[in-house]
Amino acid sequence: MDFNDTAEEAEFRAEANAFLSQHLKPKTPGALRSGGREDFLERAKAWQKTKAEGGFAQITWPKEMGGRGGTVMQQVIWGQEEAKFDAPTGPFAIGLGMCVPTVIAFGSDEHKKRYVQKALMGEEIWCQLFSEPAAGSDVAGLKTKAVKDGDEWVINGQKVWTSGAHYSDYGILLVRTDPNVPKHKGLTMFIVDMKQKGVDVRPIHQASGGKEFNEVYFTDVRIPDSDRLGEPGMGWKVALVTLMNERLAVGGSPGPDWKEIMDYARSAGTLSDQAFRAKLADWYVAAQGYKLTKFRTQTALSRGETPGPENAIGKIINANHLQDICNSAIEMQDHFGLIVDKDEAPSDAIFQESFMWAPGLRIAGGTDEILKNIIAERVLGLPQDVRVDKDKTFAEMN
Amino acid sequence: MNFDFSDDQKFLRDEARKFLEAQCTTAHVREVLDDDSKSHNEGVWKQIVEMGWLGAAIPEEYGGLGLGMLELCVIAEELGRALAPVPFGSSAYFFAEALKIAGSEDQKSQLLPKVADGSLIGCIAVSEGPGEIKAGNIATRLKDGSITGKKIPVTDGDIATHAIVLVKDGSGESLVIVDLNQNGVSREPVKTLEPTRSHATISFDGASAELLGEAGNGMALLDQINDRAAVLIAFEQLGGASRCLEMANAYAKERVAFGRAIGGNQAIKHKLADMYVKNEVARSNAYYGAWALSSDAAELPEAAAAARVAASEAYWFASKENIQTHGGMGFTWEVDCHLFYRRAKLLAVQAGSPAVWKEKLVSALEAKND
Ligand SMILES: Cc1cc2nc3c(=O)[nH]c(=O)nc-3n(C[C@H](O)[C@H](O)[C@H](O)COP(=O)(O)OP(=O)(O)OC[C@H]3O[C@@H](n4cnc5c(N)ncnc54)[C@H](O)[C@@H]3O)c2cc1C
Repeated sequence: MDFNDTAEEAEFRAEANAFLSQHLKPKTPGALRSGGREDFLERAKAWQKTKAEGGFAQITWPKEMGGRGGTVMQQVIWGQEEAKFDAPTGPFAIGLGMCVPTVIAFGSDEHKKRYVQKALMGEEIWCQLFSEPAAGSDVAGLKTKAVKDGDEWVINGQKVWTSGAHYSDYGILLVRTDPNVPKHKGLTMFIVDMKQKGVDVRPIHQASGGKEFNEVYFTDVRIPDSDRLGEPGMGWKVALVTLMNERLAVGGSPGPDWKEIMDYARSAGTLSDQAFRAKLADWYVAAQGYKLTKFRTQTALSRGETPGPENAIGKIINANHLQDICNSAIEMQDHFGLIVDKDEAPSDAIFQESFMWAPGLRIAGGTDEILKNIIAERVLGLPQDVRVDKDKTFAEMN
Repeated sequence: MNFDFSDDQKFLRDEARKFLEAQCTTAHVREVLDDDSKSHNEGVWKQIVEMGWLGAAIPEEYGGLGLGMLELCVIAEELGRALAPVPFGSSAYFFAEALKIAGSEDQKSQLLPKVADGSLIGCIAVSEGPGEIKAGNIATRLKDGSITGKKIPVTDGDIATHAIVLVKDGSGESLVIVDLNQNGVSREPVKTLEPTRSHATISFDGASAELLGEAGNGMALLDQINDRAAVLIAFEQLGGASRCLEMANAYAKERVAFGRAIGGNQAIKHKLADMYVKNEVARSNAYYGAWALSSDAAELPEAAAAARVAASEAYWFASKENIQTHGGMGFTWEVDCHLFYRRAKLLAVQAGSPAVWKEKLVSALEAKND
């Protein structure tokens, strides 16, 4: 057991750090998420390009896919170092973390040639079109349909909560191609050009005030059969690969952590409060637990083992913990804690901003309840929930 | 970086588990529970001694196996799983570790070989009343090489042959080593909520004592000793918490109510998922503590505290919700759930309650960030 870098790891860390210092500013306290700024997208694209040219984009991808052909540990180190800088990475997380790996796994050689490099260089952004108004947790219950017409499929329906659809160039789209079989069996996955005729992206105003996700309407959208990922009816299997890659993605901190609230408490003079100190200890232990559990997973990965459903714990811990920390920080500010004006509120209002974002984090990518089901059923082997629609065809149920 | 035990350490774990599953069942634990005159399970203890586990982390020059702290962590987790009713922790985590870090060459060469071969059973005696042990409120006194006062409760105090005792002297607090088989020492068993690990009141009336480390350095030394023991105790807690989850899980699959296994209901499923999450948080923190302990890292104080806070929470939650999952059965003497509930509490308050460790953790973080 060793927490220190090996000589090669230390060398890579130094190299990564040198590259980062050359191109980015170190993160300043408070400025935890550089999102929301006008030029954010442009900066994000530029940074992605720089990263790819420097050989630091998608460290573990093979070289022929434009990656570095590096190790999982290098990916971890890169993530740790990048997190120390004001790196605008958000818009690429879904595409490079989930969509493009799905294209690599199920796409043709032409697909790989056409899409992978451009995504890696930050020239094209991807989104994931799974959820629908009546199909979120139960995503296999989706209704958007695709009907074959010669060499093309015709898509009609609606997706919702699609992050980044408003600035995306392509998406992976899960649709129903056969309603006369049970719900999981009638789905098919496609690559969709988001800028084509019939795709209508309408930003949704979020509870947090931002407009980061969207409704997406498909009206007689035509997709060539060659842009299908996997066989017709195999869409669920393809989607599971996307979702598994979501677990693999090495995510940074989603917002203020024990350190930020401790710093704030110190400046506010409340760090000596016993009740606060006990909570701080709990947050630290949870954050460490999450971080170190990831290290354990990565150690397993570096030995060639596959990450399992146990990785669902990360999001449960993180999202709840973020919500709690922000809640406490605001209460610590008393009535003043209501203020969201960055010029007035302490720490650039990061606690207030994250307080409004945290509820979404507990829902996006699987709700707490669904993740607990995953742990209970797939890790602990407890009986599955009752599924009354399991053996019925989709058409019968709807 | 490599965040796992080595293959050799995993082999040791498997062997220890196999042995304890056969030789230290809850029936063996209950022999101690059900018999007030028994302080520990002698048969189990004898076999553990024979396997040399007490000397796992004692250097070979002092009669130990000289393996290392990681190996001791592995053994601790298995002893925790098995609820081993033996004075292992008192002797190996507290007494031996205290000697290793603060003992004179003479003390080490005299006493450590005896810890390793089981002829000496060590314990630590600090508590005198309710609440946190603090400098200034220790009443047991050292004067001219002999001590007077009363310690209660002392884990394994009735079977130990030697104790490390926290005392007050002219220069503040000090730690002393006391041979318990001498005039001037009297012991009474004290009833606790965890009868499978015995406890005693020890009264000293002019018993002779030998300084451990420097006079006046007692509180600082105790902190160091507790940091080391904390990691090992965290592994015991982790072992116990894991067993609770396994028990609850097995029962949830087998017990039928309203026509289906109770584990098919989300209230139970999510409870068990919560247990799993807490146990993993505890495991990861314990591994970090193990690394800090084995490499004498500067991070040991915060790593030990985090390990202890996480493990106390995990074991508490797992042991209480294990009873709940078992329903009325779980509240019977015959079903083993309460054994874990008892042990969880002992381990949570030994060497400082979770509140004490939370405070230590935050102080360590503060010091680091200043
Ligand atoms: C910020 C954000 C970004 C998102 N980005 C995307 C995206 O890019 N692409 C995309 O496809 N989707 C995206 N989503 C959608 C997201 O995946 C769904 O919102 C989520 O899976 C929950 O589905 P739902 O909203 O339909 O809630 P529902 O499924 O209606 O759930 C409502 C409540 O019921 C509970 N519930 C549901 N089923 C069960 C069950 N079996 N057992 C117990 N409780 C249950 C849920 O836990 C929840 O509390 C995003 C969502 C958010 C908030």
